[in-house]
Amino acid sequence: MKVNLQVKDRVAVIGAGLTLFRRRMLETPKELSALAVQQALDEAGLTLKDIDCVVLGTAPDAFDGMHFNGEYLADGAGATNKPMVRVYVGGGTGVMVPIAAWWHVASGHCDTVLAVSEEKMSPARPHPQYVFAYIWDPILERPLQPNLIWIFAMEMRRYMAKCGASKRDIAYVSVKNKKNALDHPSAQAAANITADDVLNSETLVWPVNRLDISPVSDGAAALVFASEKIARRMTDTRVWVEGTGWILDNTHWYNRELAYPRYVEQAARMAYRMAGVEKPSKEIDVVEPYDPFDYKELHHLEGLLIAPKCQAWRLANEGYFDRDGEVPSSPSGGLLGVGNPIAAAGTMKTAEIYWQLTYQAGARQVKKPVEKGVAQAWGDLMQVGTVIVMGV
Amino acid sequence: MVHLMPSRPRVAIIGVGVYGPKHTIPELSFRELAFEAALRAYRDAGIDDPRRDIDAFIGCQEDFWEGIAIADEFIPEPIGGVLRPTFTVSGDGLQGVAQAYMLIRTGYFDVVSVEAHAKPSDIRTFDGIMELAFDPNYLRPVVPPNYHFYAALEAKAFMELAGATREDLALVVAKNKNIGLLNPRSISAAPVSPCDVLEAPMVSDPLTAMDIADPVDVGVVVVLASDDTVSRLGVEDRAVWIEGIGYGTETGSFERHEIGRAPSVRLASARALGEAGISNAFNELDFIETDDRYSFFEPLTLFEAGITQDPIKDLREGTFDPGGPLPVNLSGGSLSWGWPLEATGLLRLVHAIEFIRRNGGKGLAISWRGIPTYTSSAIVVSGEG
Amino acid sequence: MGSFQTKSKVSKPQNPGGHGLKENELWQLSGLIEYRPRAKYDFSAGQALGIFLEKLKEGKIVGSRCPRCGRIYVPPRSYCEYCLVPTIEIVEVPDTGTVHTAVISYIRTTRERMEKPEIVGIIRLDVPGYSTNEYEFAGLFHRLCGVTPEDVISGNVIGMKVRAKWKPPEKRKGSILDIECFEPLPAYGNP
Repeated sequence: MKVNLQVKDRVAVIGAGLTLFRRRMLETPKELSALAVQQALDEAGLTLKDIDCVVLGTAPDAFDGMHFNGEYLADGAGATNKPMVRVYVGGGTGVMVPIAAWWHVASGHCDTVLAVSEEKMSPARPHPQYVFAYIWDPILERPLQPNLIWIFAMEMRRYMAKCGASKRDIAYVSVKNKKNALDHPSAQAAANITADDVLNSETLVWPVNRLDISPVSDGAAALVFASEKIARRMTDTRVWVEGTGWILDNTHWYNRELAYPRYVEQAARMAYRMAGVEKPSKEIDVVEPYDPFDYKELHHLEGLLIAPKCQAWRLANEGYFDRDGEVPSSPSGGLLGVGNPIAAAGTMKTAEIYWQLTYQAGARQVKKPVEKGVAQAWGDLMQVGTVIVMGV
Repeated sequence: MVHLMPSRPRVAIIGVGVYGPKHTIPELSFRELAFEAALRAYRDAGIDDPRRDIDAFIGCQEDFWEGIAIADEFIPEPIGGVLRPTFTVSGDGLQGVAQAYMLIRTGYFDVVSVEAHAKPSDIRTFDGIMELAFDPNYLRPVVPPNYHFYAALEAKAFMELAGATREDLALVVAKNKNIGLLNPRSISAAPVSPCDVLEAPMVSDPLTAMDIADPVDVGVVVVLASDDTVSRLGVEDRAVWIEGIGYGTETGSFERHEIGRAPSVRLASARALGEAGISNAFNELDFIETDDRYSFFEPLTLFEAGITQDPIKDLREGTFDPGGPLPVNLSGGSLSWGWPLEATGLLRLVHAIEFIRRNGGKGLAISWRGIPTYTSSAIVVSGEG
Repeated sequence: MGSFQTKSKVSKPQNPGGHGLKENELWQLSGLIEYRPRAKYDFSAGQALGIFLEKLKEGKIVGSRCPRCGRIYVPPRSYCEYCLVPTIEIVEVPDTGTVHTAVISYIRTTRERMEKPEIVGIIRLDVPGYSTNEYEFAGLFHRLCGVTPEDVISGNVIGMKVRAKWKPPEKRKGSILDIECFEPLPAYGNP
């Protein structure tokens, strides 16, 4: 891979749209996609006619109960009579979709791209968690009848043991994010809670309690990407994609140290190299790391090189990642507060960085001045890091 | 929309690897199929160390074909993508090639590997999976037990529009199955006559068992590289250049589809041919490898790609026969080597590349994603460096 | 300083669309369609896992060795994922190891609560001659037995020496469940 490439035409984000995130939505998957798309287009001052290409994201097809789910969503996602591709890296999809939108424009293949992510988890029976039974290796893992939370609990337990963090230390992230989400108009799980509330909530798989986890959600998110030429013509509220990175680790998560996500680090390094970021902990002003579980945000802040290894929990409890802290983390409220419609959640995080960098986040706007931000998602079997760096 | 910048790298396919196809490959897992194909493709590309020399990896697959939610989990290990930029395209292999092409055109990536595999022999309820692709509220409650009905509806409408008869579809089948006898990858080739096709058991009128390609197991990998890399590796003799590539989706809804037509082929081909600067496809192309998973789809694609206004007349006149003015499916097509799910487009492309390596020239490959989708891809490849 | 700082007083997203439903409202919707997918598969284990499953029947755990870097993979794969070469040699490894991490599950796959919690974890297997680095190791994901919830919560379980508890030979089927669980070695005290 080349580095220090002289790029003549930059790629911009010029609009973003979200639906409400809720446990159960009335709208069909297509309708959810269409609502997010319409809002993103309105914000960018474009119509569907102006869009060259569409990139689509949706995580396990089993949630929507559709084979070829991307094909089914096409007309809702605005892809009628357009080139459309669905990229897929499990939970990491939400940031992979913006990354793919970036290469559609950066390659000169398209001038305007809609990046759309949708998830409707509520139709799955008996419980959406059951769908996750099918993500495991069918020969070695499924016979043990695992629940998805097992794998997170194992990782959290390992992080606690290796880094000396207690359940209470980690619960702070849930408290912070649910509080941040009180200012997010789409939020499903915003709340003023304390660490005790987290510790006293139902224990699902020790060390994971119910309030350590993001909720089951329906929702959609969309972004509009444009070439520099179009972006300058259309709007002042634009940010530039400065770097992208994505990495997949091996399938065998139980052959790896779980206390540290090396794949997130490598994805971050790839994106920082492209963006010319040398000291991420100093240069990144605001960050939206993936937080389906509270410890995950800490894990990812370390992988993103924003916090030193095993130190993120300590910094978090000192207020370092609060909205008025040194490096605000998940000012949106994250998956823990806004909700977790899988693919749409990562795209929501990318949208938040866009809104923060264009000072459109309203009550969520972080206190410090911001010029550069990072959104990140994670997925598969403790495998995927997807990272996007944006700047003004 | 198209603005080709002179400074962007040209992109070539420098390696291809195939394991299979067969109706069933029980001795290998789908991961091992991918690995076997990858080994062959990387050797063919002249790459010494794929872990060092390949910048990004793309797998093409769909969850319900695999029986695994988030099948992306399993793709990095067998193709060399562990701790490398790797991702899945939930689409046909040619859509994966288009993403690889764009990655190289950004200037950041020099070599990208694209993998697709199929293991339909692992699926015990193939018709159940097909049914799961139909709209849950509108179509599933009314679909007949045989999913081919969906293609048969299209076939009838196309025949009406094009003035085609069942005999014409049988001509396509006989042409492809006979050509396939010369292709070692053909597992359904046979010296059949159009009469044999007409007498074959009817699956869904007007389609007989011989009009429909069989699902097959396969692993396929192709390697794309920038022009600089082609020179650096010294593989100019093997490189086949991508002149244009496109894909398109018509709609996601049966009720909005233009029945009997394939607008997605129109979109994809227009983009690919336009980018290749081809204005008269019939004269400028040396051959076409196009989608024939259902016999009627071959003439339909030739119409939609703007190759001919009257594909049925041309078919009857032998225009598309080997040795004719524009041979179509010299590989024998899917009617000979099968329907390897998301690997179908990639295997079609591999055949196009092999023809060009042997004979030079310029070819077009077209791939549809099959029922009930309205998505297709197209690529123009050429031996001219 | 950001160039937009003074420009915008708006708060995005503005009026996000859609309608949330309560559970009972969902069930009252007309036109709700219940559908159970017919999705059954016969997964091919392939070359390496095929041998692994066969050997489990004999009460043995095997791995595959990469001829280039020497890594021993448990469970075995047919290829080295770091060198991308075929792994030809199958080697038997001990059925003992140490616990890398362990958790207590109070819920089933379906999210229902279990009557009796189950302890599961990752076992880092003892593979002599395998030059482990800090990050990678040969290991299995399995149930732990003879370990108490207190061991998990206190952290005692991490690093605990364990051994596979095999099903009786006549009950083995060539499945990962031929190992019933991993249990502490006697020196560590089995409560």
